[in-house]
Amino acid sequence: MVMSPEAAPVAARLEEIPANLVTKCPSCNTMLVTKDWLRDLKTCARCSHHFRLGARERIAILTENFEEWDAELAPRDPLQFPEYLPKRNAAQIKTGAKDSMLSGAATIENRPIAIAASDFDFMGGSMGSVFGEKITRLFERALDEKRPVLTATSTGGARMQEGLMSLMQMAKTSAAVARLREERLPFISILTDPSMAGVQASFASLGDVLVAEPGAMIGFTGARVIEQNLRIKLPKDFQSAEFQMAHGQIDMIVPRAKLKESLAQLLSLLLD
Amino acid sequence: MLSRWLHLEQPIVDIEEQIDEIKRLAATENLDQSTKINRLEERKRDVMRRIFSDLSPWERVQMARHPKRPYSLDYIGALCSDWVELHGDRAFGDDGAIVAGFARLNGRSVAVIGNQKGRDTKERQLRNFGQPSPEGLRKAGRVMEMAARFGRPIISLIDTQGAACSPAAEERGISEAIAHSQLLMSRLKVPIIVVIIGEGCSGGAIATALGDRVLMLEHAYYSVISPEACASILFRDPARAAEVSGQLKITADDALRLGVIEEIIPEPLGGAHRDLKGMSAALGAAIEKHLSALEALSPEELLEGRYQRFRKLGDLDDPQVATAHLNGTPV
Repeated sequence: MVMSPEAAPVAARLEEIPANLVTKCPSCNTMLVTKDWLRDLKTCARCSHHFRLGARERIAILTENFEEWDAELAPRDPLQFPEYLPKRNAAQIKTGAKDSMLSGAATIENRPIAIAASDFDFMGGSMGSVFGEKITRLFERALDEKRPVLTATSTGGARMQEGLMSLMQMAKTSAAVARLREERLPFISILTDPSMAGVQASFASLGDVLVAEPGAMIGFTGARVIEQNLRIKLPKDFQSAEFQMAHGQIDMIVPRAKLKESLAQLLSLLLD
Repeated sequence: MLSRWLHLEQPIVDIEEQIDEIKRLAATENLDQSTKINRLEERKRDVMRRIFSDLSPWERVQMARHPKRPYSLDYIGALCSDWVELHGDRAFGDDGAIVAGFARLNGRSVAVIGNQKGRDTKERQLRNFGQPSPEGLRKAGRVMEMAARFGRPIISLIDTQGAACSPAAEERGISEAIAHSQLLMSRLKVPIIVVIIGEGCSGGAIATALGDRVLMLEHAYYSVISPEACASILFRDPARAAEVSGQLKITADDALRLGVIEEIIPEPLGGAHRDLKGMSAALGAAIEKHLSALEALSPEELLEGRYQRFRKLGDLDDPQVATAHLNGTPV
């Protein structure tokens, strides 16, 4: 896998952290040399476990020439919800972003596209007003500029702290997908670990093609909640990409190293 | 049966029992106790006014879940004639948690879909507590699409604690079913009126709540997540649901203030379950008012209005909009 020009600096920056000479795979416990692990796009060379990527890393490994849109949009606190501001401030410091959604224009093998990625490190990649607005603008602008749309989700769902405002983003983003469908513009939804609840039950499930990364958890209600409610034990692979594939809920599972190539191929088949 | 009443209703039930007792005695002893009864009826109304003028958010959640609360089929029965229920998603099964069909409402033919709860243990299971499965949402989608084809407006009644929570629902794509239902509703070229009649929770509610108008009964609640689930996620303690129900801003007043609904439909004193006829009349009048207004619009205006209705929802800082406002430029 050749790293894109954008991915290289991301990797380089991560390499500067001296404490991270080795990285332990949480799946098979192998100690991976961090440099090799970064070269492998944060996957385990032994068991191929896919680590979560931040939004910028995600866009960097999939595209070139990324130019951010709507960076200035910032969250508010519509409900004055307890502990929301401190939690969000901590997330802003941790990720350097205003909210959990990064979106913009880019190219993929020279084809202009619109792309968005959520950042799980920002309050579980949850969808509040800013997330929903950015996704909606992404679809609207893509329609305007005739760009195919790619979204990569890593999220626990709607953001509870924005209450009904978050619930409304489900309707808003789903309606935006409906508008895109009126033009001949593909929408590919990339489901990465985890893609759950309110986001999975809105735009993320509405891609023309649903592509998942291996092992990604995809679903609506989390396994633990189902287990508690029904007092049952669920199989370990419940809601994994492989499970969803077997149940006809997604189109394909593509390892991270092949993802970009796969997306370019799909776009070409639909458009050229 | 006492357990059929809420704790907050106890003072009312106490007076009602007194009245019943006096009436029974008056009948057996052939006495005129009407003055006494009238005085008690008066006191009952005072007590009810006091209780219901100041319900906490958690008490409203209890009201929305009241075991005697009217469900979708109760309103359909009271409001409509010629109700014909349609069944099945043509792919897997028929979900009892959602009813869908056609009926006549004030003379015009409409499609009605609604979450349906059960009254007793057996029916509750059959109805899966009003929690829709993928096949239920797909049935609703099928009927709504048909409604659009035949130019019939759609009334969607919401009363659910959320979508079905089970391995089966996940295996059959509950996420996709919720998502697709919203996408579908955003493009149907007929008026859609949504009414939250009881509980309006999470994806299971928004799935069929994308309409031109969203109305709420006075004691209904509308929330991104059930208070119990929110409390167990945030505090790992579902017992803190009462506290969380206030913080989540889920009452009809909150929803109106947030711009999420157009109108609150007042309930009869004591709640919808004390006067189904009165509640249905108010509900019918509200639906009629909004339907008449929407029927004047062209399909294009309808779709654009519906899109913009949800498009503007959200609370965020957009410096460009703020600057434009400062410059006096309308955005």
